[in-house]
Parts: sequence; C-alpha cells; structure tokens
Amino acid sequence: MEKITLTIDGEETVAKKGATVLEAAKEAGVYIPTLCNQSSLSPFGACRLCIVQIEKMRGFPSSCTTPATNGMVVHTNTTRIQELRRGLLEMILSEHPYFCAICERRERCEAFSPGIQKTSMVVGCHTCPKKGICELQKVVEYIGLNNMSLTYHPRELPILRDSPFIDRDYNLCILCGRCVRVCHESIGVSAIAFTYRGSKALVGTAFGHSLQDSGCQFCGACVDACPSGSLIERAAKWKGEYDQLIPTTCPYCGIGCQLNLEIKNNKIDASAPSEDGVNQGLACVKGRFAIKEPIYHPSRLKSPLIKRNEKVETATWEETTNLIADKLTNYKSDQFALICSDTCTNEDYYIAQKFARVVMKSNNIDHKSSRLSHSPSLFSLIQSFGSPGMTNSISEIGNAACILLIGSNTSSDNPIIRANIIKAVNKGAKLIIINPRRINLCHFSSSWLQPLPGSDVALLMGMMQVIVDENLADLSFIEERCENFGEFKEALRNFTPDFIEKVSGIDWKQVVEIARTYARQKPGVIIYGTGITQHFHGTNNVLALCNLAMLTGNLGNPSSGIYPLEGENNAHGACDMGAVAEFYPDYQPVNTEAGKAKYEKIWECTLNSEPGMTFSDIFNTEANPQIKALYLIGNPIFNHPLPDKLRNWLQELELLIVQDCFPSEISQLAHVVLPTSSFAEKDGTFTSAERKVQRVRKAIRTIGDSKPDWQIICQIAEKMGAKGFHFDNPSQIMEEITTAIPNYSGISYERLENGGLQWPCPNSNHQGTSILYPDNFANGKGKFTALKYQPSTELPDNNYPLILITEYSLYHLYTEVLTSKVRDLEMLGPKKIVEINPNDVTKLGINDGDLVKVSSRRGELNVRAKVTEVVAPGIVSMNLHIAESLINPIIDPISKTPEFKVCAVKIEKTSLENKCINL
Amino acid sequence: MSGKLAEILNIHKWEKGTLIFILQKVQRELGYISEEAISEIAKRARISISEVFGVASFYSQFHFTPRGKHTVKVCLGTSCHVQGGPRILEAVERELGIKAGETTKDYKFNLETVACFGCCALSPVIVVDKTVYSRMTTKRVKEILRLYQ
Ligand code: SF4
Ligand code: SF4
Ligand code: SF4
Ligand code: FES
Ligand code: FES
Repeated sequence: MEKITLTIDGEETVAKKGATVLEAAKEAGVYIPTLCNQSSLSPFGACRLCIVQIEKMRGFPSSCTTPATNGMVVHTNTTRIQELRRGLLEMILSEHPYFCAICERRERCEAFSPGIQKTSMVVGCHTCPKKGICELQKVVEYIGLNNMSLTYHPRELPILRDSPFIDRDYNLCILCGRCVRVCHESIGVSAIAFTYRGSKALVGTAFGHSLQDSGCQFCGACVDACPSGSLIERAAKWKGEYDQLIPTTCPYCGIGCQLNLEIKNNKIDASAPSEDGVNQGLACVKGRFAIKEPIYHPSRLKSPLIKRNEKVETATWEETTNLIADKLTNYKSDQFALICSDTCTNEDYYIAQKFARVVMKSNNIDHKSSRLSHSPSLFSLIQSFGSPGMTNSISEIGNAACILLIGSNTSSDNPIIRANIIKAVNKGAKLIIINPRRINLCHFSSSWLQPLPGSDVALLMGMMQVIVDENLADLSFIEERCENFGEFKEALRNFTPDFIEKVSGIDWKQVVEIARTYARQKPGVIIYGTGITQHFHGTNNVLALCNLAMLTGNLGNPSSGIYPLEGENNAHGACDMGAVAEFYPDYQPVNTEAGKAKYEKIWECTLNSEPGMTFSDIFNTEANPQIKALYLIGNPIFNHPLPDKLRNWLQELELLIVQDCFPSEISQLAHVVLPTSSFAEKDGTFTSAERKVQRVRKAIRTIGDSKPDWQIICQIAEKMGAKGFHFDNPSQIMEEITTAIPNYSGISYERLENGGLQWPCPNSNHQGTSILYPDNFANGKGKFTALKYQPSTELPDNNYPLILITEYSLYHLYTEVLTSKVRDLEMLGPKKIVEINPNDVTKLGINDGDLVKVSSRRGELNVRAKVTEVVAPGIVSMNLHIAESLINPIIDPISKTPEFKVCAVKIEKTSLENKCINL
Repeated sequence: MSGKLAEILNIHKWEKGTLIFILQKVQRELGYISEEAISEIAKRARISISEVFGVASFYSQFHFTPRGKHTVKVCLGTSCHVQGGPRILEAVERELGIKAGETTKDYKFNLETVACFGCCALSPVIVVDKTVYSRMTTKRVKEILRLYQ
C-alpha cells in the first residue's frame, strides 16, 4: 500500500494513498466532527460540519470528500472553522429539538427525569429514544454550542409505527442521508429515499407506505446508521448506554455474522452487528432484531419433565438423568437414534455423536439441517475436490468479475451474501442468475435465465459444451490438476442444443451467452442454494457445478470458487464434528476400516461399523424403521401439525427423549423432556459456511434450570459408566476435537479470542485457510464427473398440469423453532399464497386474490392466488412451510435429501365462501 | 396494468436518463402519477419504488392523486387580492364544494391558487385550463363553471 505524508494541526502524519483528509485525520487520532459521513459509504458532503482549512487551497473544503495528498497542510480546528461550524450546526438544530444538546444540566438530568417517555413529541433529553447515545450531542459538545439564536421549528409529523421492529420519527431527522445511502449502497434495497424538496424534503417511502410495503428487509442497517433518534429499534427504545458488550456469533444461519450483545442489568438489551466479522457491520433481520425475544420467551422450558402414567411432572436433573441412563442401557446399537437440530455448538455436536457411537454403539446419529438442504454438497464436493466446504471466503465475492448465482433466492436465504453480490455488481461484475423465479436480485443481473425446474444438469452441461467447443476451457489447469476429463468430455456429447432447449425451455443463444461470460470474465464465483440441492438428483447438480469451475480453472485463487449456501446455523460444524450418519468426525466414512480404527484409538473403545440411518430414513414412517429409543436435540420436525402417521410412530416409541429450549408438539409426546440453554447462555463455537470457527459466548445467566446440550449428554454418559465424558468446560472439548480432527488441530479458545479461524488450520501457528486448493486438491487431483440428465421424478401431466416450486422466507428458518417466537417476524412470515403466471389464470378463471385449491398427489391446500410474472407460465410457487403437505418426499439416493423443489400440482378455483377461511 | 399505462411504457422504452421524461408522459396521459405507474416504471428502470417516488416528488409539477379534468386557478396576487380575489376564491370553493388544492369527487375540477398571472390590469382573474376570465365577479363564477360541467 502506497503511503503519503501530510501535516494535520501541526503534526506530521502518514496516510494511505487514496484516503480522504477525514480518514487521514482519524488515522492520526484527530477528531473532526461529522454527521453525514459513514466510513462504509461513499462520501456525501452534505452537512459540511467536517470542513477544514488546507494551506494553498481556497475556502473551507469538507474533509470527507477531499482526498489527502502528499505534503498537504491541514488545520481542523481554527477559530474561523469553529465559527462556521457553529452556524451550520445551528441551522441543522433549528429543525431538531435541541434542548437536550445544549441544556447545561444535561449530565444530571436523569436523576430528575420523570417518567415522561410516553409523550408523543420528543423535546429532548429523556424523551428521545436515543437517550444520550446520540451523535448530535457529541458534535454539539465538541463545537461548543451553548445557546441558539434560531428558534426551533418542529415539523409536527406523526411518529410512524406502521412497520415491524422499527419506529420512525422524522421530527428528529437531520437529513444526513445515511439511512438512504446505506439502504441503497450496502443493502441494495432502497426501501427509503429522499422525497420532496426544499422545506418539505424528508426521508420516506413511495406514497408514505409502510417499510414492509416498500421492499424493506428489516436488516436494521438504517437504524444503525442514523445519528439521531429518528430511526430506532422499537424494542430497544430509551435503552441508553449498555454495561457490557459480549461478542458472539449469530445462531440463525450459516453465514456466521458476528454480533455484539448489549447487556444491561444482566439482560440482553439489543444485538448489534459487529464491524469485524464477515458481516462488516451489517446483519439481517434475524440477527439484528430477533435475538432477544426467543431467549426471554415465556414458554422456555425451565426444568426437566418426566411423564409418569400420562402425567407430566417436573423433576430434578439427578432424577431425570438417572432414569435416562437406566433406560438407555436397554436400547444399545440399532434400536437407538439421536437426531440434532438447531443451535447446537460444535462441542454439543461432537459430544452428541461421540455419545451415540461410543456409548450407544450406534451410528444412527444425524442432524436435520444438512440432511434437508446441504447434504448433496458434502458428497459432491468430496467426490470432486476431496473435501467439503465453501472453497473461498465470503468477502471475496465482492471482488469477483463474474457471479453465477443459481438456485438461490439470496435475498431470503442469505442476506449477507446478497450484500457482497451487490458490492461486486457496484464494481462492475457481471451477475448471471439462473432461477425459475424472478428474484429481486434480477434487478442487478446482466442475464437472467428462467429454466424449467429440475433442468440444471442439462443447462450446465450445455454451458460446458460451449466452453469446450469455443476453446474457452482452461486446458492447462485441467491437464495439471484434474482427472477424468476425457470421459466427462465424452458425456457432453449427449447434450445437444435441441435437447437442452427442450428440457430447460431456454433458448440456446442464451446458454451460449452466459457460458462465454462465465468463462471469460475472471475471476468468477459460483453461488448456489437449495434450488440446486433439494432435488432427487441434487448431488448431480452440485457435481455439474464442480465440473464447471474446474473446466474454467476458477478454483484456488481469490474470488474464484464455489459457494454452497447452507441454510441453518452451524450445519457445517455438525458435519465437521461427525454428527452425520455416514461419517465420523473429519469426514471419515464409518464403513471403512481406517476410519473405524482411528476413532477406536482416539476414543479407546470399539465401534460399530454398520452405516447409520439418516434423518430421512428414520422419519420415513412408511419404512417403519426399527428404532425403539429416540433422542431428539432440538425440534427436527418441520411439519405442522404433525402428520398422523408420524405422530403414531412417535407414540409407539418405547423411549422418546426431547432436549429443547421450547415445548413443542413432539415434546408433548416425550417420556422425558430436558431443558437446554440457548446460545446466549453457553460457551462454545460455531463453524460458519466459510469454514470459519468462531466463538459463541455466554452473555447472561442461564434461564431456569436449563443446561447446555454437551453438559446434559456428558452427565448421562457418565451415569452409564462411560469414560471420556468428563469435561469442566467446552474449551476442554475443543482440545479433544483438535486431536480428532486434523483440520482443527491449530484451533484453541485462546486463539479464537482474536477472531475466527478458517479450517484447515493444522497447527497453532497456522493462520487458517481462506482459499482452498491453491496448488492441489485435497486428494491430489480434482475429479471431473461424466453426468447424465435425469428428469425430476414428478413431471406435469393431464391431471396435475403445473409444476410447483418452493422457496424459503427471509423471516423464517426451517422448523421455525426460534423465529416463531418473535412476534414481528411472524407478521412478516410466509403468506398462504400461491404465485401463478397471468397466462395460466385465464383458462382457470382465477383472479388475483381468489381463494384456490392447490392439490398434488399427496394432499391439497386452500390458499389465495397471487397473479404475478415472477413465475413463468406453467410454474407456480409457494413457500416451503406452507406447501409441505404437497411436496414430493422422494429423496436423492446418495445424499438422502428430499426433492422439495419440484412436484406436479393442479389448481382450481374453490367454491368455498371466502370469509369462512381464515388465511 | 391499465392499457394506457402499458401503452406509454411500451412506446417509451426505458433508457438511462429518461425517468423524468417518462414520468411526464405518464402524467400527461393519466393526469397523475399512479402507484401502478411508479411500480411499473421502477421495474423497468430496475430501481426501487421509493427511488422513483423520490425523484418524482422532487418536482412539484407531478401529482400523485388523480387530477380533475379541468383546473381552475384563482389568482391571489397583490392586484387580484385587492380587487376581491379572496371572495372569488370563496365563491369557487362553495360552488365546487372543495378547498384550494383539492379535486372534486367526480374528478371534474381541481382548484388551485396562483400568485399573479401577469395580467393585473384585468384583475381579479381566474383561469380555467388555458382560458383567462378577467374582471371576475362572484356572480359570474357559477355561469363560467357551468361551461365546463
Ligand atoms: S431496515 Fe434495511 S432494508 Fe429496511 S429501510 Fe433500513 S436499511 Fe433499508
Ligand atoms: S432518518 Fe436518520 S439517518 Fe436518515 S436522514 Fe434522517 S437523521 Fe439521517
Ligand atoms: S441469520 Fe445469518 S445473515 Fe442473518 S444475522 Fe444471522 S448469520 Fe447473519
Ligand atoms: S461529514 Fe463531511 S459533509 Fe457531512
Ligand atoms: S395579481 Fe392577479 S394577475 Fe397579477
């Protein structure tokens, strides 16, 4: 990085070339007051409070927009500047209640402050929701304004409370534009904009609609950007300064955002995104606004429960664990299964699988989140590259020249990835989107292909054929680093342009165009989501993407790689730890002698080498699995209400143990219920989608009599006489993990204090690996796979003429265990609608908003029709949670992930009286 | 999408820098900028509805509620004011049953006030669409408005 030297207030200082004067001053520790500037955004130059004097330059340039140059001499604090600033500040404050800023008794105000926070108008001090953590006050203090010559003209606007989570009081707005810019630049949503002008100018939405009707995603970035009290988190108004800030990792999705929990009086007040993590000061609605409510939800389980003679009684831990230890001895080996879900830490998963394998001698250990969404990636990435996991890091997306986004509605399932995509597009990257539904990122795309669902392999093989035919393949990369290319090339021949057009419905020309773009615009990344994996040929879809990356040499370098987007939090950690039926820790297959021998040695025991049953096998009630004792950590069942067959099966179990934060339909059937602590009440680690191991920290006292998952399991194991389950704290478990998993060898809690580490991290001096396979693949060579096209199992016919695709909602995650506890999220959650193209409704006689019946071979549902062009003719779309009784339960034979994405349905107008149905 | 709107948006293909022009066309054809127009324009321009609205509301010439067929402008400039402009305004308000700045329920008339038309010699003045009526009296209000009913 090139450096320059300049003088600020008489001190010589060094700055990065390209820095603004403001940045240079900050670097040198010189404070310059600002209001409209925010370091993550491009300079705006509106408030002019940051003015400085620069020798040999006329006037008073604003330091936030002026580049620092070599030899510059800057004065930041002359009498003249301060005088000008006072004038500017007065004008700003003439539209903002300023009494709180200039009152001389400000410091002592709280003592005398009566409870007047309910007044509708903010007049200053304690009526302001910011309550003392206001940037305006800081600036006033610095500039030393202590009386005002201008009178305050209140705008007399109503406070807007029509949106979830956020209150807006534009009486306090100083028009700094930070909210507008962050929403536009960083989030790419632009739900808010400057409206009107002159004295009527205000920040607002189109027609004054609520935020939710303006496309807002409730990421909270605008609230965090606002220097005044105009945008505020409703649940954290008037919270004031916190006592303590506990950094931790978000428990919701696999991105692994770093959050700071603000603690006051031993309670969590708010959760603020950290600047340091992958999220760089951003978060999504879940991490920003949905942390506190579930933790303090009144329904939290607070003590162990035992069912005796159909009556549920509270019990002590001693009693309960004795009972479980006693009973479980009867169900060793294949009669036992343990299924995890939700917010377990790595330490919890590790102990859970060790318990199942070592104590219960069973490989029937699995976890729900990967099985339902991400498993195909495991198998295919291992097959192609020798190791699973995102090949590169999330922040590299922003520097890619080409992004192929396939099968992911990134706005809903991975908002931080979306922000990184926006960053790349703003820098000129080409964004290719392949999705049967028009997602809102299509706004930013250079091409959008809308193929028939389930045709991905054909489409991708078509692209690869173009790349090979037009000599765009990276032959030296293939030659040097890959194998099986010949056979793969042979297989390409089956994919003629005619065939691809027929199967995918995409014009061959478009296939050629995107193939050229992806092959030429380097570096390129491939980002994919459940639209790729949740098919009965999900593993083939992922293999096709691996082929594509190898073919163009888009691997092993910055911003060139493959990004599988996982859904739930710590799905990666669960797989790494071996909480999967097929693998011991470190992805050692259970049915190989080497793997078995290795872990028999580490765990000093004998292991069962029978491959275990997966989540999908166990809950396939048709197959009637021979499980007699089932141990559930978290709630893995995604159907509400429980289907009868499943309920009957659960009821017939001889022992059902449920370990969870909340009661559920399943916990009501359980023989024993164990209350577990939430992520904010325990220490541990999560591994994010980018293979980053990050700390989870205990921030508050445990709620009720709950305990962390690992502790409960260890207690039971020890009661069953097992060795190797004595741990005082999770860092000791991590020590054992480092011996069991070579990729984790260099990780320790001590090192994690300075931030996460990306595996492989083989020793304690290793800095972690942000880019996989720079020189070699994990198994030496990358393996091409010759693929065949397999149509989806259920194609439309005369009886069921439409294809139903399903999607996720930003506001819900999988089994909704946490999200359903947050009232405002419920309100934003998936609606009972089916999206249908205008072309399809005419023949059916359906209008927008009509009640319709959607039926598949498995069930039917009454929902409202939303007529929209986001889906192509012949395709209808519903939220997965709503559509669950319709979807096809068939699973991918290798990864056992269900075909959630495609099934055949028909739609009829129902004659039911609209009013009777409460939708 | 209403036929007229679709027509306008189809004739005037979206290009960078044409936002204001298209908004003007829409206003000319529909009489105002409807919510539907904003959301359709946003789709084509690949920007958000709030941004389109932000741009449109910057200019006071754009209206966001349906406008009447005819616009009655009553002058309240100095000269007209002295010559009884306010009384003329009152009469028009009574006749149309709306206040200045509003539109009649049947969307026949908008009522606006203006500060001087530049024909002070003829004050007091009202202008209906493009026709100037000079030396106005309260009595003539009814008969002039009837011409436009
Ligand atoms: S919450 Fe996020 S999406 Fe909504 S207005 Fe604020 S910045 Fe934009
Ligand atoms: S709402 Fe807040 S961030 Fe937005 S312009 Fe007003 S003061 Fe600035
Ligand atoms: S849910 Fe995911 S994207 Fe949202 S804050 Fe948490 S980790 Fe970040
Ligand atoms: S901070 Fe520089 S002009 Fe506002
Ligand atoms: S004052 Fe009415 S026309 Fe000049």
